[in-house]
Amino acid sequence: MSKLIDVSDLNIFYGDFLAVEDVNMTIEPRAVTALIGPSGCGKSTFLRSLNRMHEVIPGARVEGKVVMDGQDLYDKDVDPVSVRQHIGMVFQRPNPFPTMSIYENVAAGVRLNAKRMKKSDLDDLVESSLRGANLWNEVKDRLDKPGMGLSGGQQQRLCIARAIAIRPSVLLMDEPCSALDPISTLAVEDLIGELKNEYTIVIVTHNMQQAARVSDQTGFFNLAGVGKPGKLVEIDSTSTIFSNPSQKATEDYISGRFG
Amino acid sequence: MTTTTGKNPQPSREALQAIDQPLSKAALPRWAPWGVLVLSVVVALAVLLPGGTSAGAVAVLAALLHLVLTAAVSGAKEGSRKAKDRVVTALVTIAFLIAMVPLVSVVWTVVSRGAARFDAQFFTWSMQGVIGEGGGGLHAIWGTVVVTLLAALISVPIGLLTAVYLVEYGARSALARAITFLVDVMTGIPSIVAGLFVVALFALVVGPQMRIGLMGAIALSVLMIPTVVRSTEEMLKLVPNDLREAAYALGVPKWRTIVKVVLRTSVSGIATGVTLAVARVAGETAPLLLTLGLTVGTNFNPFEGRMATLPVFAYYQYTQPGVPAQAGVDRAWTAALVLIILVMALNLFARLISRLFAPKGSR
Repeated sequence: MSKLIDVSDLNIFYGDFLAVEDVNMTIEPRAVTALIGPSGCGKSTFLRSLNRMHEVIPGARVEGKVVMDGQDLYDKDVDPVSVRQHIGMVFQRPNPFPTMSIYENVAAGVRLNAKRMKKSDLDDLVESSLRGANLWNEVKDRLDKPGMGLSGGQQQRLCIARAIAIRPSVLLMDEPCSALDPISTLAVEDLIGELKNEYTIVIVTHNMQQAARVSDQTGFFNLAGVGKPGKLVEIDSTSTIFSNPSQKATEDYISGRFG
Repeated sequence: MTTTTGKNPQPSREALQAIDQPLSKAALPRWAPWGVLVLSVVVALAVLLPGGTSAGAVAVLAALLHLVLTAAVSGAKEGSRKAKDRVVTALVTIAFLIAMVPLVSVVWTVVSRGAARFDAQFFTWSMQGVIGEGGGGLHAIWGTVVVTLLAALISVPIGLLTAVYLVEYGARSALARAITFLVDVMTGIPSIVAGLFVVALFALVVGPQMRIGLMGAIALSVLMIPTVVRSTEEMLKLVPNDLREAAYALGVPKWRTIVKVVLRTSVSGIATGVTLAVARVAGETAPLLLTLGLTVGTNFNPFEGRMATLPVFAYYQYTQPGVPAQAGVDRAWTAALVLIILVMALNLFARLISRLFAPKGSR
């Protein structure tokens, strides 16, 4: 199910402003790729450009290639809606649909797209997704209760369940733990470790320990100064980045001597 | 990246001591405001009664005395900050009471005068063949219901879709800004202009002397659309962008996101706005006077013939009461009472809807 993504010469714009410049990287399948870097360096922007969520913002556009399965996602005849059905996303703040129950939230990817599915199949899908997100045991007795009634950490895992319920090939996570307490963070990190057996995962994080704990390869983004575009400084296996990075800037950032 | 520029200035020890104040202070007892109020009323009565007076004059004098006495007593005992607090509290309360005067007065007048004919006959009879006493407003009640529903039927889809365009598609385009401006202008047009517009429109298209229910419904929808657009627009803007992005990230197309997430999340607010807009136009008189005229019989068909409506019925019963005059005037008051009850019922209905559809659970 998981797939490799090849990014080449990617420039990302907000209107005329070049936000991220010239990114080249290969995102390995069945592995966790972490993106680290200071605020405003374009990690999230880059992440959102991988499933064409970037262009939801008015004026935003992208130049370059993002190739998955030999298919450039930014080809003219590629429908962004189907790209997003293959590449799921979890956001920084938990955002369950307030009008829906826990069950309906997980089933949202199916229900909102009006796909026909037997009730028993849908039940199975919801259960397996909630189990996949380590949430089943906590919510199995109250599936018809509102999703907003859960705690923050549970809501975030509900959003992960919702994202994996559409059976994507790739899962993008934009600082999924930044609004969570340490225990919920641990739960989500454990989950990431399990999910990488099935999915290609890209995670943006501000927490370098987290990147070191969960990821197989790490990319470091930086920007030269305010108003300048962000750049991918280097990407390598996580152990190399954290022990023996090839760039001075990476070493400075990781050791806290930044700026 | 942090740089320090010189020393951080520290206030002197003496300055800090000047700010320092004791934690407890003298306070007036809890009944003090009421005591002052009673005192002001008594003084106002004592001053004004000997020369003969009215309740209004006593109330005004008592209110003024209350403000002055509160300021004086509290200022002397509690200090200026507390005194200001008490005076402003009194001012706010007085403003509230003044705002309530017309409301209570209207409700009281309409209920007391409308009660005379608030009987079964009023709700079962039209004015067909009625001269003098008796008769009822059934035809007007039905007319109001039919015309208002038809107006809602016309304006809700138009208003809703306009708001969806403005929030979801138009964003910052010149067209959207132009529409917003025109909607704002339309909110302010006098209702008689809406009536004249429809009369002129039908005179041009169909011919003069046309009076049908549809005309009234169109005139009302001209008044209703801007309200629906504005309230729906505000509700759609309240839907957090997170939810739209969550739906997009699940591979849901934009139109489905709008229908199933954005509109579903804001439906309670939209329904409330629409119901309030309906309640607002249900009481319009001027455009209906021009477009519908009046009949004495019940007419359910908005596409043929004149229709009676409650406001117009009340207007004619009051201005041309016939003989005996009191019968017509009574019918007018009862029509007004029924109209108020209808509008109030719609408001309650709006609250019920917003309660029913509101998103459940909370963070």
